Amino acid sequence: MLTAAIFVPLAGAIVMLMLPASRERMLRAIAAAFASVPLVISAIAWQRFQGGAPGTSGFEQIESAGWIPTLGANYLVGIDGISLPLVVLTALLFLASIIYPVDYRGRIKSYFALFLFLESVSLGVFLALDLLLFYVFWDLSLVGMYFLIGAWGHGEEARRAALKFFLYTLAGSLAMLLAILVLYLHSGPSTGQRTFDMIQLIATRPLDGPGLSATLAFVGFGVAFAIKTPLVPFHTWLPPAHVDAPAPVSTILAGVLLKMGTYGFVRIMLSMMPLTFQRFAFPLAVLAVVSIVYGALVALAQDNLKRRIAYTSVNHMGYVVLGVAAAGALSAGNEQARVLALTGATVEMVAHGLITGALFLITGSIWRRAATYELAEFGGLASKTPALTLLATVAAFASLGLPGLAGFVAEFQIFVGAFAVYPWLAAIGLIGIIVTAALFLKLLQRVFLGDLPARWSAWTELGRVELVSLTVLIVLVIFVGVAPATLLAVIEAGVRPLLGVR
Amino acid sequence: MNSGMGSMPVGDVIPEIVLLVGTVVVLLFALSAPRRVQWWSSVIAIVTIGATSAVTVKLMSAGSIPQRLTFFDTYAIDGAALWAKQIILAASAIVVVLSVDWFRSDQRHGEYYAIVLMSALGAIMMAGAADLMELTLAVLLSSATSSVLIAYHRQSRRAGEAAIKYYLLGALSNGLMVYGIVLLFGLAATTTYAGLATALRTAHSLPLIAGVALTIVGLAFKIGAVPVHAWMPDVSEGAPAPVSAFVTTLPKIGALIALARLMAIMPEATSGWRPVVALLAALTMTIGNVAALWQENIRRLLGWSAVSQTGYGMMAVVALNRSDLAAPSLLYFLVAYTLGNLAAFGVVIQLRGEARITHYHGLAQKHPVLAGAVVVSFLSFVGIPPLAGFAAKVALFGASIDAGYAWLAILAIVNTVISLAYYARIIGHMYFSDPSGEDSSGSLAIMGWAPNACVLICSLAIVAVGIAAEPLFASFRAALLLP
Repeated sequence: MLTAAIFVPLAGAIVMLMLPASRERMLRAIAAAFASVPLVISAIAWQRFQGGAPGTSGFEQIESAGWIPTLGANYLVGIDGISLPLVVLTALLFLASIIYPVDYRGRIKSYFALFLFLESVSLGVFLALDLLLFYVFWDLSLVGMYFLIGAWGHGEEARRAALKFFLYTLAGSLAMLLAILVLYLHSGPSTGQRTFDMIQLIATRPLDGPGLSATLAFVGFGVAFAIKTPLVPFHTWLPPAHVDAPAPVSTILAGVLLKMGTYGFVRIMLSMMPLTFQRFAFPLAVLAVVSIVYGALVALAQDNLKRRIAYTSVNHMGYVVLGVAAAGALSAGNEQARVLALTGATVEMVAHGLITGALFLITGSIWRRAATYELAEFGGLASKTPALTLLATVAAFASLGLPGLAGFVAEFQIFVGAFAVYPWLAAIGLIGIIVTAALFLKLLQRVFLGDLPARWSAWTELGRVELVSLTVLIVLVIFVGVAPATLLAVIEAGVRPLLGVR
Repeated sequence: MNSGMGSMPVGDVIPEIVLLVGTVVVLLFALSAPRRVQWWSSVIAIVTIGATSAVTVKLMSAGSIPQRLTFFDTYAIDGAALWAKQIILAASAIVVVLSVDWFRSDQRHGEYYAIVLMSALGAIMMAGAADLMELTLAVLLSSATSSVLIAYHRQSRRAGEAAIKYYLLGALSNGLMVYGIVLLFGLAATTTYAGLATALRTAHSLPLIAGVALTIVGLAFKIGAVPVHAWMPDVSEGAPAPVSAFVTTLPKIGALIALARLMAIMPEATSGWRPVVALLAALTMTIGNVAALWQENIRRLLGWSAVSQTGYGMMAVVALNRSDLAAPSLLYFLVAYTLGNLAAFGVVIQLRGEARITHYHGLAQKHPVLAGAVVVSFLSFVGIPPLAGFAAKVALFGASIDAGYAWLAILAIVNTVISLAYYARIIGHMYFSDPSGEDSSGSLAIMGWAPNACVLICSLAIVAVGIAAEPLFASFRAALLLP
């Protein structure tokens, strides 16, 4: 069934290419139909989710097939409490983005085909339980994103942004490939006995602790995931990619692709090499705090709406990594704090996906009407578009961590957990929250309040599709904020076996 | 020592004999046939290749894959040699099909196919040679025929220049190789690899190092490795495009296996071959990639890219005897490289050899299949999954790390990122540029259905071989190198 979630969108991509290009509404409806299949499947998977009985690996609903057994690589997919929420998030964000109106530049078929292709491989990253398969999907997500930014981005700059994105993230993924190979070569004495099976690698941990090989592999994974996440100083590809990408693509970039980095920290580094992780937890936490503070401060300085939101991603992903680092730190007796930190980090991945996904879609609506992101050119839009104002306000408040919304649940847990492990770092990290509050309040004030410039007097209210997409995301932001228990139960079922805490 | 000792079992070299007889038939036909049926030579050539492949299959399926030496221990019948034969034959068939439309206007192109077959025979013999004399013969057969092929357009100054460069550089490096072989012979008093393997163990280190190094130079020329790589971009740009495809692909298949076979028998401590090959691999991939960055001509770019790919392939040689991934990674890499290179050159041929970068502006909108093939081929060169080049790089990098050469793997990764810069530049021109400009893809004429079919087959094969890599790896795992 999970296999269908991966391959139905891929089939949809091929179907898209064979349809006539003239019927825009029909193409969009068909693309949406294909994109909704993974959402339905992931909802069923959520229903069936057992929550990892004691003594099991924590992974369930596993499907497998032979791929390159000679090398120990197989097709192996499944879920646990950490990947399941991300799979649901991915399916939801893709559906919301794919229907979101955008300028297709006369290449509507390839737009939808690439989007569906990207959905397929993104789901593959979160579902894969074989390292080589994981790498396959990971790398293909770069290819899909490269073409989407390059062909539908804003202007000549987009090509350079796309290339920069591709080069940077390919450098990261090749570092990961090296690390995967080192891990693989340690998993057995000869080719026949080696394996890429993630469940097995998590259970046996063939390469853990000190030593040159372990360090090399850890650094390889670390660089790969730090680029993808992105952590300062590996973040410089992100602002141009975000600013020049079309809005639905930015939504996927921020909401789904960045999560692959943090997911990798948890799924691979923390799960397969926990002893090595302990040695590097503190420097990682420092990088996370630097990202938190730096991302927030740089975001505050931006005059470009989209660039400002892009930098808040650096800030928010810093929270996630801080939580992961705290969870992986060496600290006896702090089990509950570590569980809390990792649970919070996972919730933050979901929350950031929903919130920032919505924010980027909102920038898309603004771009379609204004063709500019310069904050100075806006003002007083509240009178013209109350719906957009309301949705943007909730999203912004959620992003700055207002209690009752999704971001708060995540950040509260992360900081409670982190304070028990790294009190000083957590304290510094709090600065980020304050700065974020300031930058979002200023942003709302700038765009929606004040005097309406004359040129925006013909501003049109949100269309139906825009309204539905955004409302669904915002409702979920509120739901996770008010009633987080459903989500927390699933995530904790993944976090506890991972940290060896019952 | 084995069944080959003291006799000449003609059955062992049936594929070579079939190929040679076919070559002669093509030649006789071309000499006697009138102009309008000259192209029938290509049909005879295809039939010859098919027959050779069929008898090779028979040799492979006689029980399990044979592992033995034949003809007084001078020629290897093993997995590597047999698989190399099949790869070389398949590649030759594709080149022949790619050539038909290109050479149609040439009045006497019948004998072209005879030379192609003879050159393929040279490559096949390189892959099987288990004797220094045999190796020399194979290298010279391959070099001499390649020179003729490169200069086949007698009127073209570019082709003439490329051929002269190829010939002179070849003469130099082949001469050095012969000198090296003489040194090895002097040390061991034998030329068979089986004899060398034991005799060289006690050889004095200094002349051994010189002999090995000089021999490597000869083979480095055939694979386009540093320090004798400079012909690659010139030939790639100046030769008739099907010949560019041929010369940058086929000799490399034979010579890389020849290099592996020879290095595998060298005493490691006294000859010091491993770090030498590692250093050459590092230089080759780096120089190839850095030089490719600045190219404005796709054919030159493909030439430099072929140099860099050689560097990756040499990683397998570096890992010989140390990693059980070495031999399978080498063969799988050769399959991936061959398909990628032929797909890319197939596109050039289909566009009638036009190769300025502007010609590729907007190609995706004018000729989506061709643009798609370039993307598949280039991304396979980069190593993007699930294309063939990905599994090749996984195996090569794995072998390299396994052999204790992690630095080489790291360098290969840095190189891969560099290579994406120039590959993606072309992809950007094809997909994100307008096809309406002057000299853009909109103004291009195309060749015909045959190159198009080859391009399509190669790019589909890149995807298929990449996803279904298991049968190949399972077969190649048993492909040991003799002796």
